Amino acid sequence: MSLDTATVRRVAALARIRLPEEEVARVQGELNGILGWIEQLQAVDTDGVKPMAGGTPQGIAAMPLRDDVVTDGGIAEKVLANAPDREGVYFGVPKVVE
Amino acid sequence: MHPTDFTLAGAIVALDEGAISAVELTRAHVDAMEALNPRLNAFITTTPEAALEAAKQSDAKRARGEAGRLEGIPLAIKDLFCTEGVQTTAGSKILGGFIPPYESTVTSQLKRDGAVFLGKANLDEFAMGSSNLTSAYGGVVNPWSRRNDPDVRLVPGGSSGGSAAAVAARMALGATGTDTGGSIRQPAAFCGIAGIKPTYGRCSRFGIVAFASSLDQAGPFARTVEDCAILLRSMAGFDPKDSTSADKPVPDFSRACTRSVKGLRIGVPKEYRLDGTPPEIERLWRQGLDWLREAGAEIVDITLPHTKYALPTYYIVAPAEASSNLARYDGVRFGLRVAEKDSDLRDLYERTREAGFGQEVRRRIMIGTYVLSAGYYDAYYLKAQKVRALIARDFTQAFGQVDAILTPATPSAAFAEGENSDDPIKMYLNDVFTVTANLAGLPGLSVPAGLDGQGLPLGLQVIGRPFDEETVFAVGAAIERAAEFKALPAIRAGL
Repeated sequence: MSLDTATVRRVAALARIRLPEEEVARVQGELNGILGWIEQLQAVDTDGVKPMAGGTPQGIAAMPLRDDVVTDGGIAEKVLANAPDREGVYFGVPKVVE
Repeated sequence: MHPTDFTLAGAIVALDEGAISAVELTRAHVDAMEALNPRLNAFITTTPEAALEAAKQSDAKRARGEAGRLEGIPLAIKDLFCTEGVQTTAGSKILGGFIPPYESTVTSQLKRDGAVFLGKANLDEFAMGSSNLTSAYGGVVNPWSRRNDPDVRLVPGGSSGGSAAAVAARMALGATGTDTGGSIRQPAAFCGIAGIKPTYGRCSRFGIVAFASSLDQAGPFARTVEDCAILLRSMAGFDPKDSTSADKPVPDFSRACTRSVKGLRIGVPKEYRLDGTPPEIERLWRQGLDWLREAGAEIVDITLPHTKYALPTYYIVAPAEASSNLARYDGVRFGLRVAEKDSDLRDLYERTREAGFGQEVRRRIMIGTYVLSAGYYDAYYLKAQKVRALIARDFTQAFGQVDAILTPATPSAAFAEGENSDDPIKMYLNDVFTVTANLAGLPGLSVPAGLDGQGLPLGLQVIGRPFDEETVFAVGAAIERAAEFKALPAIRAGL
């Protein structure tokens, strides 16, 4: 599988990373190098194998859920403390609706 | 004896006996940090005043008979752990200036036990790297150097390179790290110290900047296996804030370090004999097996047939999870924001992420985005999860025959800046011996065991059954006793 330039631009757009035109060829080369290398997995017979989703070692019970209750709250100032822009108790962003 | 020459266990005894105060111990490490950090760049942020203040309180607590398990012990904290009120960067420009309003569970437990934090240790950006050269705050210099070429700057390994260098150069008695594909064990080996990645779930991931959630696990660095055991006991334990943390009792790991290995069965996987491995590493591996045999263990040949697929599997699973975890860095809630005068929201996201992420991080996010995208998910991501299941099954079968597995920790000693960085895949191969333990969720310890021909440290790796860190510590301590590794880096405190 080899990525063409249109696909490289599309992946960058999906990842929300601006990709200047002069970098498309370099990134294409790097991604294709890595994808070519991981292609070797296609040689593994995985018929009937259940995918391992989490990181918990096999056969170990996992993932207790805690009660669905609020454990903190009313900390708007803390939440906003690192915001690059704010208006009142809201994050400030460029206008999205005309 | 200079106060930075203590082991962590030795320092606890000296503090308890009143041979040294926490302030004296911390002052010596702060001085070492101030003298050596300009050369080594092991810390991104140093907090000497806060450290000395904490040490003062430790002395007061000890005088009142309220000393915690780590009371007054100065540590370096990888700058991937959120620390309340202290800048946390993850080695990235995109988090520059971020001051967490909360504390990670691991660091809060270390503080609970009385540890003193010297500062935030340098790392590869978002823990993505095997050299520490991807940090937005500059690379870390390995305190070791080649005997015949002492002026070449060597890397400390990654991603926890600052933590490893700080401990090796005696700027800290121990450090925290995280390990997603080898990021504790590889830098420990490159810097001649010990480091353990415990079983997935042993330590809470709450408050640790996430890279690949199903692989990331916190663990300690220290100069001895026992010191790692002492630190891990404080770091480990169930946390309701992380549903993947395991609700299991935390044993006294340091007691396991004195256990005999007599009668233990130690596995040697034939697939770890790779073409091109330097003969010194092969020799060290054989030596390690001889030491264990002499200590009464039985050596058993085993097979882990899917080993060769571990790295490509990792380079699907980790970027996929990273692309999802790093979606939160968008210039809205924290960190960097880059916008042009007429930027709309999407343009703000794209400019911020272009400017804020380094090249390696952008590359991995894009790989992850691609393998998760419509039409490719089954061929790449789902396939990788299935191969991952086979890799984990290999270990389950092997642990039917053996109690622990011994392998080299890395395929080479520390390399020089620039030696591998032209080719991402070549760089990724550094984690060839360590990444399987992350995929299977198993504990892995790196212990310094010898030197290469250039006088650089080499490590051996002990892999254990899930939640059986005690056997891992027992085997690691046996190797440590036999190896009598006494060599020291050229750059260190107390000279």
